Amino acid sequence: MKYLRLIVANLLRSKRRTFLTVFSIAIALFLFCTLRTVITSFEASLRASQATRLVVRHAASLVFPLPLAYRERLAQVPGVTGISYGNWFGGYYQDPKNQFAQFAMDVPTLLDLFPEVVLPTAQAEAFRSERTACIIGGALARKYGWKLGDQVPIIGTIFPGEWRFVVRGIYTGQTKDVDENTLFFHWDYLNESLPEGRRNFVGIYWLRIASPDLAASVSGRVDAIFENSPQPTKTETEKAFQAGFISMIGNVQLLLTIIGSAIVFAIMLVTINTMMMAARERTREIAVLKTLGFSDGLILRLVGGEALFLSLLGGALGCGLAALVFRESDFTAGGFFPNFRVLPETVLLGLLLAAIMGFLSGVAPAVQAARLEIASALRKVA
Amino acid sequence: MAIPLAYNLRNLSARKVSTVLTALGIGLVSWVFIFTLALAGGFQSALQATGSPTNAIVIRNGSTAELTSIVARDAAASIESQPEIARAPDGTPLATHELVVLWNLKRKNGTPANVVVRGVTAKSVALRPKIHLVEGRMFRPGLEEVVVGKLAQARIAHCALGDRIKLAGRQWSIVGVFDAQGTAFDSEIWGDVELFMPVFDRPVYQSVTLRLDEPSHFGALRKRLEADPRMSVQVKHEDEFYAAQSATLAALLRGLGLFVTLVMALGAIFGALNTMYAAVGSRTKEIGTLLALGFSRGSILTSFLIESVLLATLGGLLGSLMTLPVNGITTSTMNFASFSEIAFRFQVTPSMLLSGMIFAAVMGALGGFFPSRKAARRVIVEALREA
Amino acid sequence: MASENGTLIHLRDVHKVYYRDRIEVPVLQGINLDVHEGEFLALMGPSGSGKSTLLNLIAGIDAPTKGEVRVAGESLGTLKPSRLAAWRARHIGFIFQLYNLIPVLTAYQNVELPLLLTRLSSRERKKRVLFALGLVGLEGRAKHFPRQLSGGEEQRVAIARAIVADPTLLVADEPTGDLDAKNAAEILTLLKRLNEELKKTVLMVTHDPHAAERAHLIYHLDKGVLQS
Ligand SMILES: Nc1ncnc2c1ncn2[C@@H]1O[C@H](COP(=O)(O)OP(=O)(O)O)[C@@H](O)[C@H]1O
Ligand SMILES: [Mg+2]
Repeated sequence: MKYLRLIVANLLRSKRRTFLTVFSIAIALFLFCTLRTVITSFEASLRASQATRLVVRHAASLVFPLPLAYRERLAQVPGVTGISYGNWFGGYYQDPKNQFAQFAMDVPTLLDLFPEVVLPTAQAEAFRSERTACIIGGALARKYGWKLGDQVPIIGTIFPGEWRFVVRGIYTGQTKDVDENTLFFHWDYLNESLPEGRRNFVGIYWLRIASPDLAASVSGRVDAIFENSPQPTKTETEKAFQAGFISMIGNVQLLLTIIGSAIVFAIMLVTINTMMMAARERTREIAVLKTLGFSDGLILRLVGGEALFLSLLGGALGCGLAALVFRESDFTAGGFFPNFRVLPETVLLGLLLAAIMGFLSGVAPAVQAARLEIASALRKVA
Repeated sequence: MAIPLAYNLRNLSARKVSTVLTALGIGLVSWVFIFTLALAGGFQSALQATGSPTNAIVIRNGSTAELTSIVARDAAASIESQPEIARAPDGTPLATHELVVLWNLKRKNGTPANVVVRGVTAKSVALRPKIHLVEGRMFRPGLEEVVVGKLAQARIAHCALGDRIKLAGRQWSIVGVFDAQGTAFDSEIWGDVELFMPVFDRPVYQSVTLRLDEPSHFGALRKRLEADPRMSVQVKHEDEFYAAQSATLAALLRGLGLFVTLVMALGAIFGALNTMYAAVGSRTKEIGTLLALGFSRGSILTSFLIESVLLATLGGLLGSLMTLPVNGITTSTMNFASFSEIAFRFQVTPSMLLSGMIFAAVMGALGGFFPSRKAARRVIVEALREA
Repeated sequence: MASENGTLIHLRDVHKVYYRDRIEVPVLQGINLDVHEGEFLALMGPSGSGKSTLLNLIAGIDAPTKGEVRVAGESLGTLKPSRLAAWRARHIGFIFQLYNLIPVLTAYQNVELPLLLTRLSSRERKKRVLFALGLVGLEGRAKHFPRQLSGGEEQRVAIARAIVADPTLLVADEPTGDLDAKNAAEILTLLKRLNEELKKTVLMVTHDPHAAERAHLIYHLDKGVLQS
């Protein structure tokens, strides 16, 4: 600890250089956290998924619905303790750019099967009892300034026309991973509004099972029942369903990782250079310290510690800034990342990365300093 | 009187490690810049090139993608009998009605993908002149045969010539592979629309595509069809239709790329500032000598600025070179407008490389300006006195 | 500390050869030297004759090409670098011509540096630093940075730094070389006092005959050979 003052004094030697270095590291870590959060926000749905919920859909394609008649048969499968269903609505508000999820849901069972959707009792009651009612997530309400009682017009792309829903509830997520950018309305309302031939079809059934251990057996049983029907099913845990959806996004994770690595690497090169310049300018002072009896190991730690200190400072700044900015701003990139929030794991990873950067950028100058020949270094005119 | 460029070059090579590290740092920023542009550009041009300006596509009013569109058989028939449609050599209208479904297939790496399965007619290929069979033959109508796009074949499991693929409960032979020149069709599977309809249990088409006999007739055709209350359709230029599908994601990619590179550039500029300040600091005496020799402050400023820009441009050159291997690499994503898998190639264009270099040079100029000014403002006597 | 008979420095047949562009430059050629505890010895000689080199060998910051260097009971050639550093911290107080204070540290912090290497508590360190600064007459300048001090003051801080850890031997390489006559005289008086009052052994390189006069013994180094 008594050496910390030496490190700090050295960092204050060229305040401009220290500032520039700390900020370039902060920038690298800010970007790292941002890119990492793009990935983790894709995965938020995974973390929000419940182990006791199964998703049943058409085996081949999301575009094919299942008959409403499956509902009774699904409810009778042993191990199933609850069932809900709904259709992806696929509409937009005013402009196709304003995208967010809308689901037509079986309202009586919705809140029972999705306990993570938290709604005050009075609002839940109002939602249940009005055919054209809808509930929306808190983030969505903030984004468009919608309040209870507002009429929200949604243009359907799958179900054409303008649909008007009355906001009767604003839900919050039980955890931060729950998407608060969804609109739920009555499946019955949608169904009744459709032409005869398109009625009574369901996009997705959700099953609640008594215990996560039953997932495999219940899935198998459900799919076996409908295997040879015209509409075979594919049943999987909610997590597996979401994972499949995420993997369709393709190589995003890889691409972002490549970009993130390039950033961190670039800033590391720049930092190494700065550290080496800083150490080179102090060659003589290091020789003096050695003359005073500072051992090579201590010099190594002092010079290396300086790099580490700088990097961690920059890392803490960058990660902290990212966490703050994205929490305060409700950022969704136009509805693309409904849950853009820097996770604590990301911050930790960022700090670890900063430490590694600091270590690597400190190694070369520290070794150089430790190896310094005192007598010849002192001879050099500063 | 200008200070010779050789002076800067010699200085850069005198501090090799520092030069290389700084140049590489700046180069990587350029690399990321070009990389994201190539990604967004590749995606966008794949979709943009998919449509042709002489074609029009008719989908249901209100739909933004074929997938959510419905065009009834009788509507399709009356669309195809419109007078503005070009004629095939045999005198029939150059128009096709198609069925589009998404089918959940596995990629070769085992992950799922929503592949577009398109039911087509004999006119479909004629309407897309970019498409050529490269292997095997066309499917025969009425038979359980399909042809696959080149990129679908490369990425989706069981899509080689001669393989059989299971769709809608039946086994389909893959009898041909077509090359659609990197367009969205390259990621699709095509079969006979009239066979697909009963098999996939779809009584309606998703779209009608037609060639205009005269581009200027688009307006008239569109007006008539969109005014027809029995059809409730919208008519779009095929190229605009596909371009619109790429707009959101391409804008997002560009936005992300721009955000990342601009912020990152700030970091690199900070690094360049450090390097140049150190260069100026270690050459204080030299600067004093140059001033004493009669070089003007302007020429000192210019000289240091040139050195910085030179350093950064060297980095930009490195970064540009490093993006070349990325060019042409195929990747895929889900097209969010249609929820379907689309494969596309990174596209590094000369103008992107140039922008990357200019970007680097600007970083160098910004990073070099303040240190250069500091150098130029040195007072001769002080500079000479400093050890 | 010193050997039985009170010999603090013991050099036998010490050679030092430098290589400049592969050409051998013999600097020291068979130096023999014995210095007893409590002596004040001046080393003179023309510029480039190897005075600094010899001093560096004795202070353990450079190694001879050949020969034995025994200082304060240790044969320096046999010590590992880390032991050598600890040895320097314990036994050597070095005073440079150009002071070599750390510019980012205050006078107080500069003087405290050698004490950081000891196990002393910060309170104990403070006591010693203030004592050393008092000895050189600069207790009022503790909070000043080197650039806020005059050359003579800087050198006095450097001397405080050299003696604060109570080393066995003080080595000074042209300590007055960069100072005016008045300041130089003050520094020499200070060294003399340290030698007389604190019984420090002092080894000083100098150009200045007046400076050398203060010493008990004067050696001349010329063409790599030592003469008294
Ligand atoms: N590290 C070194 N490398 C090469 N030559 C050196 C080195 N150190 C000293 N010399 C040479 O050794 C000779 C003696 O140097 P030095 O001991 O500094 O002399 P003095 O202190 O008496 O002026 C000089 O010629 C000097 O150039
Ligand atoms: Mg000397």
